[in-house]
Amino acid sequence: MGFLNFAWDWLKSPAQWHGPDGIPVRVLQHLGYTALSVLIAAAIALPVGLLIGHYGRGGFTAVNIANIWRAIPTLGLLILLVVLIGFSAFTWLIPLVALGIPPILVNTYEGVSGVDPDLKDAARGMGMTQWQVLWKVELPLAVPLILLGLQVTAIFVVATATIAAYIGLGGLGRYIIDGLASNNYGEVAGGAAVIVVLALAVQVLFVGLRRLVVPAGLRQQARASK
Amino acid sequence: MFASSPTLKRGAALGLAVTASLALAACGSSSPSGKSSNPLGGGSASKTVVIGSANFPENELLAEIYSLALSAKGVKVTDKFNIGSREVYYPEIKKGAVTIIPEYNGALLTTSVDTTSTAASTQAVDAALTSGLPSTLEILTPSSAQDKDSVTVTQAFATAHHLTSIAQLGPLAKTMVFGGPSEFQTRTDGLIGLKNNYGLTFKKFDALDESGPITLAALTDGKVQAADVFTTTPQIITDHLVALADPKNNFAAQNVLPLVYKPAMTSTITSTLNAISAKLTTAGLLAMDKAVILDHANYSTVAQGWLKAEGLPN
Repeated sequence: MGFLNFAWDWLKSPAQWHGPDGIPVRVLQHLGYTALSVLIAAAIALPVGLLIGHYGRGGFTAVNIANIWRAIPTLGLLILLVVLIGFSAFTWLIPLVALGIPPILVNTYEGVSGVDPDLKDAARGMGMTQWQVLWKVELPLAVPLILLGLQVTAIFVVATATIAAYIGLGGLGRYIIDGLASNNYGEVAGGAAVIVVLALAVQVLFVGLRRLVVPAGLRQQARASK
Repeated sequence: MFASSPTLKRGAALGLAVTASLALAACGSSSPSGKSSNPLGGGSASKTVVIGSANFPENELLAEIYSLALSAKGVKVTDKFNIGSREVYYPEIKKGAVTIIPEYNGALLTTSVDTTSTAASTQAVDAALTSGLPSTLEILTPSSAQDKDSVTVTQAFATAHHLTSIAQLGPLAKTMVFGGPSEFQTRTDGLIGLKNNYGLTFKKFDALDESGPITLAALTDGKVQAADVFTTTPQIITDHLVALADPKNNFAAQNVLPLVYKPAMTSTITSTLNAISAKLTTAGLLAMDKAVILDHANYSTVAQGWLKAEGLPN
């Protein structure tokens, strides 16, 4: 209960809700870091996952590399980059993108390669090109898994974007690092609580997104199979 | 740099208790059989002194300097370096299990002797230590070498704005971003002290690390124009940085000096250690730190080279 009390006392103080250090500004910064990182991770991982899944080549290697990749410590990578390339616009972005790639890549690959071979045969039999098979058959069928990958990535990144504060940037990590440095546990707990709320909001967002994007046929199928 | 984790501390304390009792046993059994007449040491150096050090490179280097010089004077020396943090070694020197340790007067005062002290100048800190230390301990003459927080800028920035002292920053501060550990914002000798002592208000504060790689990168990349860097950080040399003078002692003095266990002292020991302190400067210590930390030179070689260059016994 101590955590909740600390967090609540800090959160209900009006001082936290205004100005450049206030929660609204920090939340926007945090969401900005998250959105940019997830977009870039998706731009890299989606095409690679789709191609590997479609051609069925190098899948084993790619999935294993992606899984080993997950073991890269994000904070360690950040500090290494500061030492190697210094403070550039990418210094904080690279570790978060690296964190975001594996879930999207693995889920996209699994989604596409798991499509029933009979369906693909039928599509080809109807005279579809490779591109049409990928775009009209495999991709729609893989959407639920792809969305799950994006969701996992978004939650990872929203929870980990706190590390930007470690190199003097903003975001909600500021509260945790500054609070720890000055023994202000209310600030630490309050900042952490806001991050938890953001992670839950991301979860809800993806539930909504799934309703919008997953093809109606698949949704009916899922309901029927329950 | 003076911090250490509680679990490590506990482990180190346990290890120390064991090694200390072994060492005491060793002293007890070996000193009666030791040679009593030493052609170099005169009659004064018959006891064995135990030189300890904290667990970071600079402190071990200083202990090595003390050890080599005293050995050369014929004092029987036992080295017990890398003991741990002050919280661990201070009780040991208080009871005489260790007899000489290189210390930093300001940090010694505020962590082990008087945690509420606000003494800032070398004289004030030493006076507070002399009155506050237990009767078995004393500090010898302080050296001019200091390992303390500072306002550090790049050489290029200092040249462009003709800076040598914090007092010259004045209105320039309003255009500068300052980098330091997050706690620098709330410490009385941090932003608050810089405002009260020098009237400085910086454009912005960036929370970085404690004089580590992030702070150094931010300074050399121009992300910040000034930063809190410890005055013996070896990258001051390699990254071409300048620690600005602090004439108003915003940062409390951290002079290197020997903390000694009084009953074990002789005039030879005291005069040898004071001769070392008379020659030790921040620049000299910085150069030795660079050799040991960045160039991975051997402690003994570096210590011996310095003693030789300064004309001290080695």
